Amino acid sequence: MTERTRSILWLVLLAALILAPLAVTSGRWIQFMELTLFIAVLGQGWNILGGYGGQYSFGHALFFGTGAYIQALLQFKFGMSPWLTMWFAIAGGVLIGSFVGFLSFRYGLRGSYFALITLAFAEAFLVLARSFISITEGGRGVQLDLNQDPDQAIATFQFTFASDFLQANGYYYTILIILILASGATWWMARTRFGAQLAAVRENEDAAAALGINAFRVKMAAICMSAAITAAAGVYYTQKFLYVDPGLAYGPGKSVEALVVAIIGGLGTVLGPLVGSLFVHGIGEAAKEVVGLVLGDRPGVDLILYGVILVLVLAFMPKGLVGLLEAGWRRLSGPAATKDTGDA
Amino acid sequence: MLEVGGITKRFGGLVAVDNASLSVPEGGIVSLIGPNGAGKTTLFAVIAGFLKPDSGTVTFAGRDVTGLKPHELCRLGIVRTFQVVQPFANLSVRENIAVGAHTRIRSRAAALARAGEVAHQLGMDAMLDQSAGALTVAGRKRLELARALATAPQLLLLDEVMAGLNPTEIDEIVHLIRDIRDSGVTVLLTEHVMRAVMDLSEYTYVLNNGAVISAGEPAQIVADPAVIEAYLGHGASADPAAAGAEGGHA
Repeated sequence: MTERTRSILWLVLLAALILAPLAVTSGRWIQFMELTLFIAVLGQGWNILGGYGGQYSFGHALFFGTGAYIQALLQFKFGMSPWLTMWFAIAGGVLIGSFVGFLSFRYGLRGSYFALITLAFAEAFLVLARSFISITEGGRGVQLDLNQDPDQAIATFQFTFASDFLQANGYYYTILIILILASGATWWMARTRFGAQLAAVRENEDAAAALGINAFRVKMAAICMSAAITAAAGVYYTQKFLYVDPGLAYGPGKSVEALVVAIIGGLGTVLGPLVGSLFVHGIGEAAKEVVGLVLGDRPGVDLILYGVILVLVLAFMPKGLVGLLEAGWRRLSGPAATKDTGDA
Repeated sequence: MLEVGGITKRFGGLVAVDNASLSVPEGGIVSLIGPNGAGKTTLFAVIAGFLKPDSGTVTFAGRDVTGLKPHELCRLGIVRTFQVVQPFANLSVRENIAVGAHTRIRSRAAALARAGEVAHQLGMDAMLDQSAGALTVAGRKRLELARALATAPQLLLLDEVMAGLNPTEIDEIVHLIRDIRDSGVTVLLTEHVMRAVMDLSEYTYVLNNGAVISAGEPAQIVADPAVIEAYLGHGASADPAAAGAEGGHA
């Protein structure tokens, strides 16, 4: 694929995502797309550390939950503006990320040890959020007041009673903007010295160190960037549902979805998380429909499917769906096509 | 340029390197040889910052660098290659070399361009866009060399860079190493291939059981009874001429 075709495809995709709400008026489809983009943001956050940096986290809910909780609590307790709290939320995610990163990377924890320590931290925060009732409201969760004044819609970052357009699409564009910023940052990162050094650390840490790379610093930067994006997804989540509780924030669900879509989509590719999220949720929805027609309502069918798909992708498509699409494209454009060295 | 003074490194009860000292003059090619398990790779790892010595000092360009981390040493101008090659398998050859170039170059485009130049210098132009994982053993050895050179080192530590190569490939690498030295890089190498050691090095240290047992020009070394005994065992030094010939094939 030439640079030119690639740029055109990027623009088409971007335009499609921006214009989608104008073409699709069905609320259900907008909800489907919104959820897909939300999980894609989680996946992109995970992808920076896991896909580009090779540090597989099983506890990204830690950053998501911290972002969501800070966003909710600062508004709930101090009545701060959500436009201000979001910066604290993102900073809080980065702070937790650097703490966990420091502990793990300082002592050279890699592979399954790193995965376990992130999982343990997420679980610890789940317990803390339940127990520190005076701070977190405990298991009851934090419920934010619903703004019913259309004039305050923007100021309160709540679109339930906004103008017709914002009411239907406000949250869709919120998460789309976050995804575009996250993907743009990822794209840019992969083309810098930092991106090259991160890839080197992923491939072989000793060799990277011998070539002058401070692996500790590179991994710290990666986990901070990863945590910032994941915490931003938490900000969106709180504003969208105006509610957070320990299970939603720190439960394993978000950690698993983040890594599943990133791996299925294609590790270390800009487009991977979005492609993975579209695929996984498309299949999930379709499965629910089909099984619903045949067997009646069977909750959990989509989860079984996720598992099966993940196993198949890991076994047969190490480069994920993006790798498959690129191979398909090369075959279609024939042997004359220019060699493709960049990532999607 | 490099002074290693009284380095000792223990692993539990095992003394891997025992009070070893050596010196590498600027612009020279110095080799470090010894039978398997003599402690060459451990001493290398200590010099390059991968292991901390229990005692002793490493001085580079007049500065005490003992205990510095590998990446710090690399920035000061000491770079090593690995006996077991460590390519970034999923990156292209160009990207692999550019990682080394980034040590001194921030810009991505400039580092990729520099990678192209280094590859050209080592005759790797045709491999630039190949994945490093797809290279032959000889290709990988050359890539180790290219990545290390791209960091613009003053001192190059080569750990058995010829192991596993056939005689033609060894000749090529010997030429490359000489070219590298002529371009102003000082070289310290460990090697099993005796022919290469004899060809290349101006001074040789022999390590046995972690200690330096002999040092001198290669021609003197092969005649040293202590060296012959280390390689061939007790009694072998009774007939130095025959043992020296044997040693040449070790």
